[in-house]
Amino acid sequence: MSAINLTTIIKDNQDFIKYVSGESGQPVQQCYQCGKCTAGCPVALDMDYSPNSIVRMVQLGLKDEALRSQSIWICAYCSTCTSRCPRNIDIAKIMDCLRGMAKRQGIKLEGRAKDIALFYDSFLNTVKDNGRLYELGMMLNFNLKSKNYLRDADTGLAMFTRGKIKFVPMRNENYKEMALLFKRVKELEDKSK
Amino acid sequence: MRYAYYPGCCDHTSAKEYDISTRAVCKALGIELMEIPDWSCCGSTPGHSTSHLLGIALSARNLALVEEMGLDCTASCAACYQRLAMANVEMKNDTQLCEKINHITGKPYRGGVKVKSILEVIAEMNQSQILAKVVKSLKNLKIAVYYGCLMVRPRDIQIDDPENPTIMDNLLQNLGAQTLEWNYKTECCGAALAMSNEDIVLKLANKILADAKSAGANCIVTACPLCHFNLDMRQKKVNKAYETDYNLPVFYFTQLVGLALGIKPEALCLRDHFIDTKHILKLIV
Repeated sequence: MSAINLTTIIKDNQDFIKYVSGESGQPVQQCYQCGKCTAGCPVALDMDYSPNSIVRMVQLGLKDEALRSQSIWICAYCSTCTSRCPRNIDIAKIMDCLRGMAKRQGIKLEGRAKDIALFYDSFLNTVKDNGRLYELGMMLNFNLKSKNYLRDADTGLAMFTRGKIKFVPMRNENYKEMALLFKRVKELEDKSK
Repeated sequence: MRYAYYPGCCDHTSAKEYDISTRAVCKALGIELMEIPDWSCCGSTPGHSTSHLLGIALSARNLALVEEMGLDCTASCAACYQRLAMANVEMKNDTQLCEKINHITGKPYRGGVKVKSILEVIAEMNQSQILAKVVKSLKNLKIAVYYGCLMVRPRDIQIDDPENPTIMDNLLQNLGAQTLEWNYKTECCGAALAMSNEDIVLKLANKILADAKSAGANCIVTACPLCHFNLDMRQKKVNKAYETDYNLPVFYFTQLVGLALGIKPEALCLRDHFIDTKHILKLIV
């Protein structure tokens, strides 16, 4: 990260700070950087910025840095940070909020983040089409899009021999309602952009 | 006792053992599970991780269906439990959000449903009622009881203490099992990252398995399909990646309760796990 003028950035990015606090419902400014969230985070070592750094970025209005980070995607939403935070901030919810923003703003993702986002998309696409998760469809779609064609092929075979994988999707009766549900979510989110 | 039952998407596939053993145990204990007609996916981690509204709406659709049934709701999958319970809390606390979500789902939900995990439902039963039906003892089992994240965090939906839950330990102890003190009972297995970043998940699973083994466990028990999949199916991969030799069968708690109640192993799908369970089944007398 190059040198930055925090005074200007905080001033220019008040909207971002307010949006994250409002959307996540979290008192972001209460964080005093004790680092307890990071100490307990099981995946902090795989992140580019520690969880407390991400919260600090939000406090300072460092929007681009936060939204482009790998950390917000690597967060596994285990909420250990949340349950231990002495300031009662739900850090996992802040991560959720930033992920959602990064997705809606079409931030170009790389590395681990790219695969995680692709996986989430593959999962949700099967839900949109079928109403329920279609595991095989999700796995094939994810492998295709992430260009790792044989990923988990051994797992798939072992699951198949135990009757743990279905070739055809399991749909709920009114599965066609689901596409409409996804559409309405998108409409509302586009409106509040 | 009668509950609207949310089995979750994995009930016919990767976690069919959990669904089948849950239904068998509930039947034996006199808990009537009515599957929610037309239930759809709760969105799991991918839902709430990418859109707050989508995450809530996918779960709220199911809560609205439960409300029509006039019953309280129970889910076996820990992820489904967390999603349904979170949507319930958020909609009850925020009328504006509730209106927005009802517009999205097209199914009005008024907030009249209670959501419980199946673990709570069984553990909260009168234990003497369960004991009266027990025919086999779990006394030779030394269990590392693994809760994971989704039932004990965050605070709004936790079914027990987030650092040292005991609800599943107590239930299994009442059936005679020895449950162990260990350090990883609520440590995350990284489920959401399993397909996209398996190396991270193998690292986390290795820590959990190592601690269970050093505590003297001869098996692990979970109440979550994602935890089960990571510890059972990926155990061989962990052994390969970290040159370890774990051979710890991973059970769903309903499978062990079922065995204690005298339900046949086949009816509890005990042969479908990746780590062979035979040597543990011999210890149940």
